[in-house]
Amino acid sequence: MVYYLKYDVQAICKRIVNEQMSKSGLKYSLLNTHELAFDQIITEESLELLNRGFNKLGIEIVSSKKSMLVQKIKEAIIGFVNLEDKIVLSKTSSYLSATLNYSYRYLSAIFSEVTYTTIENYIILQKIERAKGMIAGGEFSFTEIAWKLNYSSVAHFSTQFKNTTGLTPSSFKRIINQRRRNMLENIIS
Amino acid sequence: MLPLTTYILLADDDKDDREDFMEAFKSIRMNTEVQMFRDGIELMEYLNEVSLPLPQLLFLDLNMPKKSGLECLTEIKKIERLKNLTVVIYSTSSSEKDIEDTFLKGANIYIKKPAHLTVLKKTLSHVLSINWQYQTSGLNRDNFLFQL
Repeated sequence: MVYYLKYDVQAICKRIVNEQMSKSGLKYSLLNTHELAFDQIITEESLELLNRGFNKLGIEIVSSKKSMLVQKIKEAIIGFVNLEDKIVLSKTSSYLSATLNYSYRYLSAIFSEVTYTTIENYIILQKIERAKGMIAGGEFSFTEIAWKLNYSSVAHFSTQFKNTTGLTPSSFKRIINQRRRNMLENIIS
Repeated sequence: MLPLTTYILLADDDKDDREDFMEAFKSIRMNTEVQMFRDGIELMEYLNEVSLPLPQLLFLDLNMPKKSGLECLTEIKKIERLKNLTVVIYSTSSSEKDIEDTFLKGANIYIKKPAHLTVLKKTLSHVLSINWQYQTSGLNRDNFLFQL
């Protein structure tokens, strides 16, 4: 019997950041999971020192305006791609520019400059990653996944999945399940 | 936020192939530092030397004499310090069995090695971009599977 772990990523992150920051002795406040404010001016050196500790945990403190904006774009995208129910992506561009207060043209130029990928590709990648998670979870059929991610049909979903990952949803499912069986056998034996 | 340099290791017994990869890496937009090995034994010696830096990406030719890419992969997955490396396996084969085998043994990306350098450049740039997304966007590494 295999159980699945559900994470509250925000809570985990907040806790890790607080633990790490309290070690530094600096006065700070966590505005939300992604914004850290300091009461005093932080030198480049102490930022680097902080980052050394954070990087080991997969966290990075970024200060450039562009990077911050990209981070906000990513969050907005991840937010609506991961909506529990059916996601609606018809107006991504107007949604992003309304939320972040910049023209979509500006946002997409900055995004491509910093990430080496386009906003459109990023959205596709995020959708496919969510699909992978759902397939691995085994709870939903391909039809349900396609519906949840707002594809017009299972065929359209399968095509985009194949184009992005090189694998069909069924072969992905087969490989993930087989890997899991192999891992379990290794644990048991 | 951008990776300054992506450190890459590559093992391939074929000199021409190594040169193709070197040229392709040089031409893509991201900065890379590439270390090449002539076979799996040389590569594993490097990886087992704890004082040497680990790469962000490891490219393995599937078919090599002495020690194949698949054998290296199997060894790597058994070593705690190495098992989370991102492994890219490439081959001229596109047999479904080869591909599934490499994924089951824990590879993250399978590349059917393109015949043309221009295609190879595009493929490598795609690999680096995917790897970067996995490093920075908190994607679930258990599902890190791509065939290019």
